Amino acid sequence: MNALYQIFIEPFIFMGEAPDLLIQTIWEGFVSGILYALIALGFVLIFKASGVFNFAQGIMVVFAALTLVGFYSMGIPAIISLILAIGVMFLLAVTVERVVLRPLVNQPDIILFMATFGITYFLIGLGEFIFGGEPKVMITSQLYLPEGRTNFDILGGFVTIQHIDVAAAVIAIIMIAVLGIFFSKTRIGRALRAVADSHKAALSVGISLNQIWVIVWFAAGIVALVTGIMWGARSDVSFALQIIALKALPVLILGGFTSIPGAIVGGLIIGIGEKIGEFYWGPLLGGGIETWLAYVIALIFLMFRPQGLFGEKIIERV
Amino acid sequence: MIYRESGQYKTSYSADMAVFPLRQDRIGIFVIIALAYSMAFFGSNFMLQAVLIPFLIFSLAAMGLNLMVGYAGLLSLGTGAFMGVGAYACYKLMTIFPGVNVIVWILASGFFSAAIGVFFGLPSLRIKGFYLAVATLAAQFFLQWSFNRIPWLYNYNVSGAIEAPLRTLFGVPIVGPTATPEVRYVIVLTLVIFLTWIASNIVHGRVGRQWMAIRDMDIAAELMGIKLLQTKLLAFAVSSYYCGVAGAMMVFLWYGGAEYNVFNINQSFLILFMVIIGGLGSLIGSFLGAGLIFMLPIAMGIVLPAIFGPLGIRVGAETIEHLRFMILGALIIFFLIVEPHGLARLWQIAKQKLRVWPFPY
Repeated sequence: MNALYQIFIEPFIFMGEAPDLLIQTIWEGFVSGILYALIALGFVLIFKASGVFNFAQGIMVVFAALTLVGFYSMGIPAIISLILAIGVMFLLAVTVERVVLRPLVNQPDIILFMATFGITYFLIGLGEFIFGGEPKVMITSQLYLPEGRTNFDILGGFVTIQHIDVAAAVIAIIMIAVLGIFFSKTRIGRALRAVADSHKAALSVGISLNQIWVIVWFAAGIVALVTGIMWGARSDVSFALQIIALKALPVLILGGFTSIPGAIVGGLIIGIGEKIGEFYWGPLLGGGIETWLAYVIALIFLMFRPQGLFGEKIIERV
Repeated sequence: MIYRESGQYKTSYSADMAVFPLRQDRIGIFVIIALAYSMAFFGSNFMLQAVLIPFLIFSLAAMGLNLMVGYAGLLSLGTGAFMGVGAYACYKLMTIFPGVNVIVWILASGFFSAAIGVFFGLPSLRIKGFYLAVATLAAQFFLQWSFNRIPWLYNYNVSGAIEAPLRTLFGVPIVGPTATPEVRYVIVLTLVIFLTWIASNIVHGRVGRQWMAIRDMDIAAELMGIKLLQTKLLAFAVSSYYCGVAGAMMVFLWYGGAEYNVFNINQSFLILFMVIIGGLGSLIGSFLGAGLIFMLPIAMGIVLPAIFGPLGIRVGAETIEHLRFMILGALIIFFLIVEPHGLARLWQIAKQKLRVWPFPY
């Protein structure tokens, strides 16, 4: 009886007692949700266009951030470093397409998925080799990103909001809007969707698969760079970040693997759900449940709606 | 010429369907097993402790994962956690019942791992393929969290780590700080040979064929009368059993102790790579893959300084670590492009060429 009270009643009483804490928790969850959504966005881009689940997205985030910081530490001004980092991500996209995707055309999905494992480990080694393993500081102020925080007095308590979080949310929403428009209105966006539907049909219409793959991996690389900048601004740039990319999997499951708005909604649900679960129900279980709560939420979701909230229903072809 | 089957006539159906139809194969297996046992006498302590024992243990874990991913087609990323379940189960059994022989407990701890594996495999009827991998990821993170947060598992000791107490067999210490590498190696070798024999019988029998049918096209398998849920759960159970036993052996016959971080997601990925490179759906592939991936850093640590040392370029340990990741990633991509069926297929091709040598086909 006491356990039922503790699980179902007490956390809500706690929520009501300190509404400013609740708002703070929800805001934290919102911000981390937006960041998860950014990572998931990279996954969705590549999955939509080439059917490959790019496990290497996480390490691309780290690699992009490290390249940016590396260029800046060599003395190049911040904006030029940014352009050079974008150039490096383009080179990475071309290399991946040439070395990995082209020889593995038409192989089953599981083989391509494992190939991205290979890319991940290769980039981990390469990144550590070139940049070294110690955490680096992201060049936030040099990129004209706001710093500092404001306190709001709400509902008897106060809530702290960091400016960088607001900037991250705004940038993420702008990028998602741009990508959404890109996919639905431009010619290249239509070509990407055609390739996602069927490679053979796209080839027969005259779409060059290789060019499309370079474009989409480049787009994912830019998303990775922005994600790396945002994540790096909140905490340092280190290789631990790539494990966070695994968190994008529950986001994708909730939102659907092929849906850009799904990535946002999924990210927000996972982000807010995780923070609230950890804060209000975590102490019951000894704390630290953030590590697996997202996966369990995704698992429960999978049992009832395997295609996610926005994904396409999987048609079983016999 | 030496690998000919001419002159070997099969006179019964069972001889025709044998796992090793050629006499040379059968001789070869006995030679390999004899060589393996002789390493206990001729191998140096370093060779046994740091190379052969972990190679066997990882081969066993890779075999377990291969049963699930290669034979049944169920992608699993929770291997590290299932190994941990076996290790902690063995620890609790050993400390609660100190009088019972430790080998019995190592083999029994696999059953706990199998039970947990079946529990986390229950979603496999509703979800398949890649989504199932996420379910196993949930298992991985949840179990790793529980190793840390359930103090009963590590007997409430302050450090949160488990360590191997002293256990003897016929008076000779086999587990604990005084157990010599030779004794531990012989125990590990015997257990691995026994479990490999069982796995071979499983995959060549009805259950193995059911798994392969499910892997190839599960709707057709269901129409043929194979009960999907029971067979998939059996795959989870057997695979987790092997991983659990491998985990128990890893802690008690190799490391001597462990804490929850040993069974993290990187361990799961490592064993998945062994399975991929070794070859999905092949038992010898598990051994080959484990050998390649496990020996890689050791070999690089010896070969690279030998190459670069005389040139005056110092190859430090961290450089070897970075190069190891890069070579591992490049190897995975290389194998997937050149031979998606892994080292086992290369071995099969080599044997096939040997059968018709010196003719090309």
